[in-house]
Amino acid sequence: MTVEAASLKAVPATRPQRKRSERSKAASIALHAALVIASLIAVFPVFWVLVTSFKPDARAVETTPTLFNESSVDNYVRILSGDKGDFLAWFGNSVLIALMTTVIAVFLSATTGYAASRFRFPGKRSLMLSFLVVQMFPFAVLIVPLYNILLALGLQGTSFGLVLVYCTTAVPFCTYMLKGYFDTIPTDIDEAGRVDGLSPFGVFWRLVMPLARPGLAVTAFYAFLTAWGEVAFASAFLSAADESKTLAVGLQVFVQQNRTEWGHLAAASILVAVPAIAVFYLVQRFLVTGLSSGAVKG
Amino acid sequence: MAEVAYVKASRIFSGNPPVRAVDELSLDVSDGEFLVLVGPSGSGKSTALRMLAGLEDVDEGAIKIGGKDVTNVPPKGRDIAMVFQSYALYPHMTVAENMGFALKLRGVNKAEIKEKVAEAAKMLDLTKYLERKPKALSGGQRQRVAMGRAIVREPSVFLMDEPLSNLDAKLRVETRANIAALQQRLGTTTIYVTHDQVEAMTMGHRVAVLKDGLLQQCDTPRALYDKPANAFVAGFMGSPAMNLKTVPLTSEGAKLDGIVVPLERHAMDTASAEGLNEVTFGIRPESLALVGSQHHGMEMTVELVEELGADALVHGAVRIGASSERFVVRVDGRTPPTLGQTVKVAVRDATEIHLFHPESGFRLTN
Repeated sequence: MTVEAASLKAVPATRPQRKRSERSKAASIALHAALVIASLIAVFPVFWVLVTSFKPDARAVETTPTLFNESSVDNYVRILSGDKGDFLAWFGNSVLIALMTTVIAVFLSATTGYAASRFRFPGKRSLMLSFLVVQMFPFAVLIVPLYNILLALGLQGTSFGLVLVYCTTAVPFCTYMLKGYFDTIPTDIDEAGRVDGLSPFGVFWRLVMPLARPGLAVTAFYAFLTAWGEVAFASAFLSAADESKTLAVGLQVFVQQNRTEWGHLAAASILVAVPAIAVFYLVQRFLVTGLSSGAVKG
Repeated sequence: MAEVAYVKASRIFSGNPPVRAVDELSLDVSDGEFLVLVGPSGSGKSTALRMLAGLEDVDEGAIKIGGKDVTNVPPKGRDIAMVFQSYALYPHMTVAENMGFALKLRGVNKAEIKEKVAEAAKMLDLTKYLERKPKALSGGQRQRVAMGRAIVREPSVFLMDEPLSNLDAKLRVETRANIAALQQRLGTTTIYVTHDQVEAMTMGHRVAVLKDGLLQQCDTPRALYDKPANAFVAGFMGSPAMNLKTVPLTSEGAKLDGIVVPLERHAMDTASAEGLNEVTFGIRPESLALVGSQHHGMEMTVELVEELGADALVHGAVRIGASSERFVVRVDGRTPPTLGQTVKVAVRDATEIHLFHPESGFRLTN
């Protein structure tokens, strides 16, 4: 019996076979187009603020906007020279308040988160629950009671008082984040540390904290931003003197009842964004996952 | 170097009813001894070890290391080193830092730490990897680092919690021998937890068998194998497991499928004193043999033959009374019976029979 060789061949597929990883041209174009559009939407406002910051106020809003028209760094010079209010003092206040908030909030939430992750103590559930509940109040509701408390403590109008207020919003959230992160660090490591001769605090400080660096970095960034861009608390709790304002409060001088100094506002916004970007840059190298891989099998 | 003693030590986990994870454990481990705690999962062996390490509270009784009561001493005050099942290496430290960490905490000077780490690394063949982080090591290397971390400290007691269970079978056998040799060389008292009875048999000077938090028997591997104190130990130690069947008792001996196996005098006396008409009859697979059809023996239908090379394990069904019971017989590997064949099985030597109380499980034979 003979068999025709041709009949043994596989029936050719009606469509050309593709590997899983390959995309059709049309899909590729559509995908890239979608990504480009999404990126534009995200980047354009920031870009336009940057463009506006170089323009004089009169040219900032036009019916036919142009990219470069009488562009100069005048806006920046005037802001930094203190022509438009004590910008450098605001900047210093903001940096101080944000950094203090970051340090205090990270330390408090790390210790709390560790305790909640590792220890069993009475009231643990209600503590975590109350942390969740306090996040649900709108800020506006809190201003009056917090004002009274600060007044009673003699902290009204001080930077430290504002730092404490920021901690009340940052600590509960950060505690949740860090508790979640600590839960991923195997308890075997704690135990090995204790057998090796560490005290419970030593375990936290020398083993768990270094391993939680990615979690701490995210938490620190969140705490920093909480304090950096906040307006309502800052304008309520800081004294009205120009030199004690934070940046976010200070920016309001550019928005007056009858006119807005768009050019100055944009330049100041860019200057405000720089430290936030710097903090993110510092922190992002810790945002590598898998730092704790290799500790235990699997 | 130190002896270890559990004095009626219990660990009770709250719950309803409370769980006695370790129940009045009394155990003396002499200086330099290698003691293996073995048992099925949930038997409390790991909890017992963690109580000794100070990682688990002792709710009742006491624990002594080197004659000193350490029941309420935190782990760092007990002079122990522990190897964890997961190894628990510090991922942010290099191998050398991992191994020297305990010494660093004790304030030993750097040169001495370096020297001791180098020495331990040489012993464990880790010298090449001292500057690596744990994640850049294979499973076997990580296991050795965990061992190294324990050795460097020169503790009075080593505690090991299933240190081999994450290794592949071949490496496990190799490391098993290495650990035993290392312990021999260092002469440090070692408590080793495992669920693997082969590890227990091959490594321990003595083996303590636990079940449901209760110590069943603690003896040398040989004694455990030859004279298990109860039916649980008999069934747990040895692979394949001992054939344990409840059989009727007659005045001549135990009655199995047509044959009556004569029993030793002492066992018969104890059984009749207890008024038993049934006993748990135990016989190891190697104590049974296939015999020719003209001999007395149980008729067994072969259901499965496992060829292991040197020998073969024949699983088959034997009728005892109304029910059909499964027996395992170890036979010569070159001439195993075929599936479905009916063979005759006899007891090699009556002294190799183990008898247990059918309810309490206690040993009746001498």
